[in-house]
Amino acid sequence: MNRIKQKLQEDKKILSIYFTAGYPTLNDTVKIIQDLEQNGVDLIEIGLPFSDPLADGPTIQASSTAALKNGMTTTLLFEQLKDIRKTVSIPLILMGYFNPVLQYGVEAFCQKCEEIGIDGLILPDLPLDVYQKEYETLFKKHGLINVFLITPQTSDARIRAIDDASEGFVYMVSSASTTGTKEGFGPEQSVYFERIAAMNLKNPQIVGFGISNAQTFQQATAHTKGAIIGSAFIKYLTQNGVDGIGGFVGQIR
Amino acid sequence: MSYHADERGYYGEFGGAFIPEMLYPNCEELRQNYLQIMAEPSFQEEFHQLLKDYVGRPTPLYFAERLSKKYNTKIYLKREDLCHTGAHKVNNTIGQILMAKRLGKHRIIAETGAGQHGVATATVCALMGIECVVYMGEIDIARQAPNVARMKMLGAEVRPATSGSKTLKDATNEAIRDWINNPVDTHYIIGSVVGPHPYPDMVARFQSVISEEIKSQLLEKEGRENPDFVVACVGGGSNAAGAFYHFLDTPEVGIIAVEAAGKGIHSGESAATSALGKIGIIHGSKTLLMQTPDGQITEPYSISAGLDYPGVGPLHAHLYTSGRGEFISITDDEAMKAGLNLCKLEGIIPAIESSHALAIFKDRKFAEDDVVVVNLSGRGDKDLQNYIDYFKL
Repeated sequence: MNRIKQKLQEDKKILSIYFTAGYPTLNDTVKIIQDLEQNGVDLIEIGLPFSDPLADGPTIQASSTAALKNGMTTTLLFEQLKDIRKTVSIPLILMGYFNPVLQYGVEAFCQKCEEIGIDGLILPDLPLDVYQKEYETLFKKHGLINVFLITPQTSDARIRAIDDASEGFVYMVSSASTTGTKEGFGPEQSVYFERIAAMNLKNPQIVGFGISNAQTFQQATAHTKGAIIGSAFIKYLTQNGVDGIGGFVGQIR
Repeated sequence: MSYHADERGYYGEFGGAFIPEMLYPNCEELRQNYLQIMAEPSFQEEFHQLLKDYVGRPTPLYFAERLSKKYNTKIYLKREDLCHTGAHKVNNTIGQILMAKRLGKHRIIAETGAGQHGVATATVCALMGIECVVYMGEIDIARQAPNVARMKMLGAEVRPATSGSKTLKDATNEAIRDWINNPVDTHYIIGSVVGPHPYPDMVARFQSVISEEIKSQLLEKEGRENPDFVVACVGGGSNAAGAFYHFLDTPEVGIIAVEAAGKGIHSGESAATSALGKIGIIHGSKTLLMQTPDGQITEPYSISAGLDYPGVGPLHAHLYTSGRGEFISITDDEAMKAGLNLCKLEGIIPAIESSHALAIFKDRKFAEDDVVVVNLSGRGDKDLQNYIDYFKL
């Protein structure tokens, strides 16, 4: 069974952490993943840096620019990850924009993910209809779960369609924003979380955007299966480097 | 075969809407409404009234006699340079501001490179009394000070894009991010035939007034609606889309798109996307774009800020790969000389963008009785400093 699905069956709230591969320094990738697992993180999203990250706020933009400047490429990331399954067993998801995947070759990319033991992909600018028409068969052939996003503006009908097309979990973007732009939750989020909870979707939901500490993690997971922290972790790495990741994770739960 | 967008916004294999879910409702609202709104008689009436009384349309189709004599063919200039604000850009911003009003939007955002589209957007926002924020790369703000001042005088807020390479593509990213953060009350006026569906098609339709006028004006002057060739410069490609629009499905009309070769196609400092680009995704559209083998978008170069875009609209990518369009690239030097040539022969100072289109006649020969329409997309006032520096005037 896919590691993501297996993890989601555990009776606990999922803590997922995003980081940008190649940041703060080029070869931190494996250490970050290992430390996150050792400190109890349930799921990791490894960010493939892109020159033009449309959906990201300043923190992840800056980490992407720095990672590219450090020399990160798709080929190098796969090279760094080639033995990752010897030491890491939690689910790993690659997250990035579609263009670098397209240039690598979608089939070759999926093949490589399978070889390494990647469990899923999040490609925010690969739309649902194109995925279903052109890539679903390929992703599934290589055992990859494609994770879709929903936002407070997504209509009920589209949420149902996305839920139907999803396996694993639905990525619930907490507010109409780019990453790391808004901190914390207000009444709008409560309404949104309750609305989605009441829809009884077939897939569990994991909330992303706006989660940075224990309080927001608890708020986000009150109605959902888990939460994702991205920008706050990147900021932590910027200030503290890769030693002391346990300290960051320990503040969350 | 039709060269227009299909209902999903594809031109052959190019186009579509490769957008994150956060943008889906915004684009979907526009997609569901744009054709219907544009077809409303009251919309058409208001649009054409403003184009006539405010923009100054129809712009003349001028027979350039001395230029024609020099190149031994019949050259007509479509005088978009005489539009209010100095270029064709305003055709689109008038259309989109009316669209935004009908969609109930209270706030406008736009991106700009050299500042022409920013000025055209600030202008229509002033006209309609709507709040306007223009994103502009930090580097462009420094090198286009007069247009920054124009936008401010017109009441717009100019926000520097400080990410990435700090130029047009980053200003576009910032505008898109703003739209993600303000999905309900804001309309994004994209300045070219780029971006996710329905933008390329919508902007081309607003600009299509150019070729609509060419047809009727040519009928008057030459007794026929169709020229033998239409020539336009292409950065993102909005003036070209407008000039080609009503001829796309008429194979007798040759379509010539002129790109900026910068310091030479293989100099590493170029914006000739058709020659250097590969298929990929930029700003929500699948098209040809300049990128590294790893899929990172690269920074183009041209002396003309309006052609300095690493991609090209999906319509043009399709015209290129299908062979419907003839693509020519022109260096900085060729363009500058062609611009000066037009000044001396016809008393018209062209924008450097348009000078690229004028520069093809040196090497691309036409028959004596060929009718060649060149879209003179903008005037050269904004480029004076560039001309001064280049020719040491």
